[in-house]
Amino acid sequence: MSVELEVHNSQGLPTEEMTLNMGPQHPSTHGVLRFIVKADGEVMRRAIPDIGYLHRSIEKIAEKVGWHGFMPYTDRVDYVAAMACNQGWAMAAEQLADIEVPRRGEYCRVIAAELSRICSHLLGVGAMGMDMGAITPFTHAIRERDMIMDLIEELCGARLTFNYMRIGGVAWDLPHGFVEKVSHYLDHLEPVIEEFNQLLGFNRIYVKRLADVATVDADMAIAWGLVGPNLRGSGVDFDVRRDLPYSVYEDFDFDVPLGSGEMGSIGDSWDRYIVRMREMVESIRILRQALAGIPEGPVIARVARNFKPPVGDVHVKIEAPRGEQSWYVSSDGSEYPHRVHIRTGSFTAMGIIDRLSHGLMIADLVAVIASMDIVAPEVDR
Amino acid sequence: MQAFLDTFLGDAAGLERQLGYLAGMAVFGSVVVFGFVLPFAGIVTWAERRIWARIQSRVGPNRVGPFGFLQWLADGVKNILKEDLIPTVADRPLFRFAPYVVMVGFIAAFVCVPFSSDLIIADLNIGILYVTAVTSLVVVGILMAGWSSNNRWSLLGGIRAATQIISYEIPASLSIFPAVLLSGTLSMQGIIGAQGAAPWQWHMFHSPFTLLGFGLFFTAALAEGNRTPFDLAEAESELVAGFATEYSGMRSTLFFMAEWGNLYVIGALVTTLYMGGWQLPQFTYNPVLMNLAQAGVFMGKSFACVFFMIWLRATLPRVRVDQLMAMCWKYMVPLAMLSVFGTATLMVALPNGSHTLRMATFAVVVGVVIRFAFKVRFHLKRARELDYSSLSSGASQGLSS
Repeated sequence: MSVELEVHNSQGLPTEEMTLNMGPQHPSTHGVLRFIVKADGEVMRRAIPDIGYLHRSIEKIAEKVGWHGFMPYTDRVDYVAAMACNQGWAMAAEQLADIEVPRRGEYCRVIAAELSRICSHLLGVGAMGMDMGAITPFTHAIRERDMIMDLIEELCGARLTFNYMRIGGVAWDLPHGFVEKVSHYLDHLEPVIEEFNQLLGFNRIYVKRLADVATVDADMAIAWGLVGPNLRGSGVDFDVRRDLPYSVYEDFDFDVPLGSGEMGSIGDSWDRYIVRMREMVESIRILRQALAGIPEGPVIARVARNFKPPVGDVHVKIEAPRGEQSWYVSSDGSEYPHRVHIRTGSFTAMGIIDRLSHGLMIADLVAVIASMDIVAPEVDR
Repeated sequence: MQAFLDTFLGDAAGLERQLGYLAGMAVFGSVVVFGFVLPFAGIVTWAERRIWARIQSRVGPNRVGPFGFLQWLADGVKNILKEDLIPTVADRPLFRFAPYVVMVGFIAAFVCVPFSSDLIIADLNIGILYVTAVTSLVVVGILMAGWSSNNRWSLLGGIRAATQIISYEIPASLSIFPAVLLSGTLSMQGIIGAQGAAPWQWHMFHSPFTLLGFGLFFTAALAEGNRTPFDLAEAESELVAGFATEYSGMRSTLFFMAEWGNLYVIGALVTTLYMGGWQLPQFTYNPVLMNLAQAGVFMGKSFACVFFMIWLRATLPRVRVDQLMAMCWKYMVPLAMLSVFGTATLMVALPNGSHTLRMATFAVVVGVVIRFAFKVRFHLKRARELDYSSLSSGASQGLSS
């Protein structure tokens, strides 16, 4: 791994490459990421990601705790957006056992997942601002996020690891007055997103820092397996919610925002930022429709406590905030899953950073990590 | 000062007398430094934290003293009590010495800060030149700190600080010259004396060129003081804490004290050079009252500058190192040249200055400020309309007040 290259400067004098150890404890590596940075002064030659600092054997745990018991562990796959992971696991188990979720349950899931998505994106763009040196946007984003947390707390009693969904539906129906509260909040959030863009997104310094930095074109994004907002930032028009609809997403009318190279080239860091901002607006649209159209009825189907799905494999894709999340679950007919594999967005985003980092400045590495919205627990699981 | 000491020294002569003067100056100096200069740094930290907190919808320090005003004192005491760690691989003498060099650079600048027509420690005839010279000492200290820590992040921070401060010294010094040309003196009191009490009599509004000089000086001073958007030397998201990474306890406090104290020095310099200093109409012949009023005016103006810098820090992201250098050499140095030569040409063409030009510049600036104020008012109003109190049951309740 450590290849010491001898570098010669313009006068032909040999200079040494500097190896910087960025992380695992570093202010801008969200969580415990580690990069081994080979730098020539301020210019990076390489940034080699070193993963595994947050590995918790979640996939292996699934084989020991059983189908229902695994639900709280899915919260920890990506604790910034736990609802999506809840949903992925629930959907995988339901597909194996062929369980039909009541429509009200599906709506509850969509409402919870979209709230969670806004929550996650707010944290992502806020932290991105902070990594760029602007601290006020972060506090503003956290302020808005806190209110979503309050709403979700009313829904399921937890603020971070929700454990809201169950195989067959959701654990609790919406609390009294929840629909009004959420719509009131959404009315409030829309101008705030616009304000946030004025404060940070279209700030000249911010744009200059991000435009044309770490550009990923469409082919490269597909080749490296980028997903979600990172893929759409490169202009690839793909969203699991629209193209491979699951749950009740067919019922809703929403657009898929794409990076268009407004400030630089298509697929630069700024495009990834703006895609997240616009996705929040789309999430608000989905939430409004879901709140208006939520049917009456039960929220959970009858599922045996001793849940034993038939033998078989299933592959479920959902659109998590950090991109397409694939759950590959294999059942041998017993009360424990035979094998669970989760493919997450941050993992591949982590992989491309080495390739992108050649010739960037050290400050740009921070921008790239932030714009990819990498969350360390999701990388390792 | 000397006469005051003579009353104590009696008839001591020769070396003893000199030593007496030295001791007296040391006592006086430390009283000034600890009683006057360091509180400035402390008060600026408090102001920064409070203002920052308001901008960010937080409360900020509010426990120690009224409005948390004594927080800086509590923090200082805490930091003195902290362990002073020195890494084993560090270059010990350099490592220990660096914070003092930085402090000297900042404290020495106070010698020439004219708080009023009489309240100035020494009105050197090369005043402004002296200030630029001693504030450059800071870079030596920072570079020493970065190198001696034997940490790559510190080294990068130190190198960044050195390149940045040395480069920005040039536009900063160049943009001092329009004010110096207009006053015909380098002395701080002389520069203030050349300006009037009314805003349009300030050097800032003399002509568009001096206005440009004012803007450039302010920006370059921000960069010299390592302030956002130019705080690359200690960019916490990139370089951990830059040159101060390995410092702990009082030594790291000294760095930050110098940084925040420099904030006030920048404000004072801008006030002196371009904003009329302590100038006030002669409303009383009581010298004490007059001096107090002048000091009030000077403090008001310089703290307004400090407020503006804090506001900038709360708003702007940080530029990248190559952008920083490009900005300095491609834009600021040529513009500063333009400002100097423009002012000089104007002074030759119109030796007595043009009242129309002055008033026109003033009117333009006032117009811009009013427009900006309306914009701020619009955003504040909209922020109030967002109505946080009805939304949340929990943490954000306190914001409505």
